[in-house]
Amino acid sequence: MANTHTDREIVIKTDNVSIFYGAFQAVRNVFLDIPKNNVVSFIGPSGCGKSTLLRCYNRLNDLIPNAKVQGEITYRGTNLYDSKVDPVEVRRRIGMVFQQPNPFPKSIYDNVAFGLKIAGFTGNFDERVEQSLRKAALWEEVKDKLQQSGLSLSGGQQQRLCIARTIAVEPEVILMDEPCSALDPISTVQIENLIHELKDRFTIIIVTHNMQQAARVSDKTAFFNAEAGEGGSRFGYLVEYDDTRTIFGSPKEERTQEYISGRFG
Amino acid sequence: MTPVSSKLSTTERPDDNQFGVSPSRQLFGKVMTGLVFACVAISIIPLASILFMVITNGLGGFSPAIFTDLPPAAGMQGGGFRNAIVGTLLTCAIGAIISIPFGVLAAIYTVEFGQGNWISQLVRFCTNVLSGVPSIIAGLFAYGVVVLLTGGFSAVAGGAALSVLMLPTIIRTAEEGLKSVPKATRLAAVGIGATNFQTVTQIVLPAALPFVATGVTLAIARAAGETAPLLFTALFNQYDIKGLWEPTATLSVLIYNFAISPFPNQQKLAWVAALLIVLLILSISIFARLVSRRKVY
Repeated sequence: MANTHTDREIVIKTDNVSIFYGAFQAVRNVFLDIPKNNVVSFIGPSGCGKSTLLRCYNRLNDLIPNAKVQGEITYRGTNLYDSKVDPVEVRRRIGMVFQQPNPFPKSIYDNVAFGLKIAGFTGNFDERVEQSLRKAALWEEVKDKLQQSGLSLSGGQQQRLCIARTIAVEPEVILMDEPCSALDPISTVQIENLIHELKDRFTIIIVTHNMQQAARVSDKTAFFNAEAGEGGSRFGYLVEYDDTRTIFGSPKEERTQEYISGRFG
Repeated sequence: MTPVSSKLSTTERPDDNQFGVSPSRQLFGKVMTGLVFACVAISIIPLASILFMVITNGLGGFSPAIFTDLPPAAGMQGGGFRNAIVGTLLTCAIGAIISIPFGVLAAIYTVEFGQGNWISQLVRFCTNVLSGVPSIIAGLFAYGVVVLLTGGFSAVAGGAALSVLMLPTIIRTAEEGLKSVPKATRLAAVGIGATNFQTVTQIVLPAALPFVATGVTLAIARAAGETAPLLFTALFNQYDIKGLWEPTATLSVLIYNFAISPFPNQQKLAWVAALLIVLLILSISIFARLVSRRKVY
């Protein structure tokens, strides 16, 4: 009998991935599979490379001039770093929500519609914008002021707008890079509830510094740690990856136990 | 660590005089304040006196005729300079049409794509040098490139000369505008699958537009008053121009010609033209300020 997570469809496979900035190795030998419609959280101390790895999943680290990825990241069987893969196409299927809310200096409506426009969407814009804002739990707050600037919203609303913008283009995977770290507790709860709801339709990978958050929102948790390598430069590596319950209940690795009980990090 | 409250309490003692400012420093402070005010006053004097001179000498000659009539011949009365007004607007417009695309695209390259590489540093260096080039040299350049090649003085040649002067201002302000757009905004656009072209044209450039518009209007304000580069490019014309490839009158060259003329009527018209050009530049500058208030970031 297949157990619950082996029969899950794997969306992203991370196969022996190391990430370099020039000669500096930021992340070392990560193996990690992301199952469909799961929320996977990446936790670990600063500098452990969790955000770096996250950015590789939609090739956003291409923008950093000397970043290099070794190993294979496959999305539904396609190597994302194959020379024939267009990063723009990757980013349309694997969206990103950033740490700081970063709406475009455009109206609320246009913030959501922008992604649709550039993706060549030909359907009903009004409908899709409304749907996306509803899914992001923002519709009721903004339905009467869709033409106001996205920058006029509060921080928490801006972040939900950014989520609406991301889900409007219906990616399969949503990457979230500490999406609540710039928000107040109430906005954080709203975003976490939202993540629970989005799980039905999307696969979500979330980087967080907040262990309670990881425990609350995710199905699986990957714990990363940083260690000094030869020559003293620190690199990040994956310590343990398992069901969230296991990671926070009975982790197999001692370092994980120490981190989740707050002894370092 | 000393608690903050105990530090505060010592300065709050009302009868304590040990923290008073010494008389010599009080005097020094007053002298310096006076000096600074004097410098401000002196630096305003040139502008104030120019405005005073231009208004007192030019306002009397202001009449509808200056907008409707052609410049009078030597010794004649009345007249206006509608052809020079048209010529100034025309040469500035041509200059803007040439320099805006070059300037904005150059700024997009240096900020969005060059990102400090040697080409963008070269562009920045050249921009600085270009902004220091005397305007008459810009005129010589346009003379060599446009006048000699097209076989005559023309409005286009004048516009080309002005575009050289406008270019550095436009590049610099456009660069500033593009830099003011946060990196996070670009990442957001790229992160949902925008191409570089879409990111620049649909997100970054619209956000930087108030800056660019300010730069363009300031550049036009500067170009509108230029005389030297127009002397041997647009030259002058007593009549209305019938095409872009004809010599054209401009306000600044009209002032130059009429101010040194021995005829009082022409001298008076030169003052009126001077007033008009000052008003023009003033209104463009005010417009630029209004535009720059609409900044997004």
